[in-house]
Amino acid sequence: MSNNLDITAIRNDFPILEEIVNGKQLVYFDNAATTQKPKVVLDAISGYYEHYNANIHRGIHQLAEKATAAFEDSRKRLQQFLNAPSFEEIIFTYGTTDGINLVAQTYGRKFLKEGDEVIISAMEHHSNIVPWQMLCEEKGCILKVIPINDDGELLMDEYEALLTERTKFVSVVHVSNSLGTINPVKEIIRKAHEVGAKVLLDGAQASSHLSIDVQDLDCDFYSLSLHKIYGPTGMGILFGKKELLNAMPPYRGGGEMIKEVTFEKTTYNELPYKFEAGTPNIADVIAAKYALDYVDTLGKPNIAAYENSLLEYATQAVMEIEGLKIIGKAKEKVSVLSFVIDGIHHQDTGVLLDQQGIAVRTGHHCTQPLMRRFNITGTTRASFAVYNTTAEIDRLIQGLHKVKKMLG
Amino acid sequence: MTINETQDELISDFELFDDWESKYEYIIDLGKQFPPLQEQYKTEENIIKGCQSKVWLNAYMDGDLLKFEADSDAIIVRGLVSMLVKVLSGHTPEEIASANLYFMEKIGLHQHLAQTRSNGLLSMLKQMKAYGFAYQGRTVNSES
Ligand SMILES: Cc1ncc(COP(=O)(O)O)c(C=O)c1O
Repeated sequence: MSNNLDITAIRNDFPILEEIVNGKQLVYFDNAATTQKPKVVLDAISGYYEHYNANIHRGIHQLAEKATAAFEDSRKRLQQFLNAPSFEEIIFTYGTTDGINLVAQTYGRKFLKEGDEVIISAMEHHSNIVPWQMLCEEKGCILKVIPINDDGELLMDEYEALLTERTKFVSVVHVSNSLGTINPVKEIIRKAHEVGAKVLLDGAQASSHLSIDVQDLDCDFYSLSLHKIYGPTGMGILFGKKELLNAMPPYRGGGEMIKEVTFEKTTYNELPYKFEAGTPNIADVIAAKYALDYVDTLGKPNIAAYENSLLEYATQAVMEIEGLKIIGKAKEKVSVLSFVIDGIHHQDTGVLLDQQGIAVRTGHHCTQPLMRRFNITGTTRASFAVYNTTAEIDRLIQGLHKVKKMLG
Repeated sequence: MTINETQDELISDFELFDDWESKYEYIIDLGKQFPPLQEQYKTEENIIKGCQSKVWLNAYMDGDLLKFEADSDAIIVRGLVSMLVKVLSGHTPEEIASANLYFMEKIGLHQHLAQTRSNGLLSMLKQMKAYGFAYQGRTVNSES
């Protein structure tokens, strides 16, 4: 397989790939749930705790200054990662879910009224459904859903038909975690803006595969999780356009997010701190920069090209499994392969693959409405990252043959 | 047979298998042989929702014994369910409530009872015990 990456060297960067699971060397194909972390990220976390652990923004001592500088460096790095105009538009969160809730609970509660409409899509993760349902219930807004075709692509005509002057917010997934579909988000955003609606993109899956430019996309909000981009768990960012973030009320109250507190009245801090109450996840924020640097050293286009070649290889290879049907056949796709096998429950598939040391995800992938759309209860999903190999895909295929043999 | 005698019997059955394949093939066989629960008992009330597979559990008193019937839509879970039913069904509610289940651990299948497996098995076991507590001191002649 031709590519510009030295996969053997890359695998050596990820200590966990040496793990033995059920007596076999681990094959990790659950990358859409979370990617593994390279040594540089692990070292960054322990390096912080070993050498400069201190609370940030408040201390006057050396360690606090060093920690604060590293923390704010990470913010600038993330600004660059998304090509955001200003560091003030980068809010640290716990992850994608947290960022979406922030927008629903602040922008949504302030600017949406009874009868307003919010549009999501049929392929949303529960974290981009439930926060909007909660908001709609509270405010009396109406939730509309863009349908999809059998290949797992959004029906753009139907989307346009849903857009009216009542549409106030559109929140869609950039890349589907269950299907791998890359949605035409630029067009979605442009059309939404034509009726004056704001747009949030759920970038949980997109950010590890695609280059993201929030200015080119012209999205109003972008939420992502670092743990899906070779970074640490428990941290993510929300990008928001400055004028919107300024107009939004704060989310959580507490330390850090204030300018001055009296018992009569509190004035709030400036962006981005207004949205960052309390001591943040300092170690993981700092380590995030190392994850992004790692990705950039390999080069996102190289990663994408290699992952696509793995996807093509796997898509071809699974054809030989009788009764296997791929769920999600969009023309524009990332390296996610979801499938069902006739007469075999996905959980049985998952248990028997696990016995062979192969980690896949089975179930509804937190997209129950999408599963209902396909009239299934779940799928088996193999999702590939830059450290995976065709030899590992061969093991998956052998594993599936064994599953068929044992359950047939 | 007492609950523990059945557990010990299962443990010795599994001692015959020295690799994961024969072990799981046996569980799959148990799943295939386990009589399906009649559709009328596959009610919303009897369902134990795991994240991935469904488990149904029906309990009734037969004299002073508590009996269970169960089912699952996934075959391996079905096999595991059949073992839980085999061990616990047909004992007094007191015995069931106070049973100490060690056979899954001994057979090396305890990971299926882990919270994260979300296959409904752990919830099913809790539910069986809860029936044991609820039915203590009761004798019923027909299915309840
Ligand atoms: C498309 C999508 N949206 C949102 C999320 C939620 O991300 P997190 O759990 O990191 O908040 C995920 C993660 O599984 C996802 O795949």
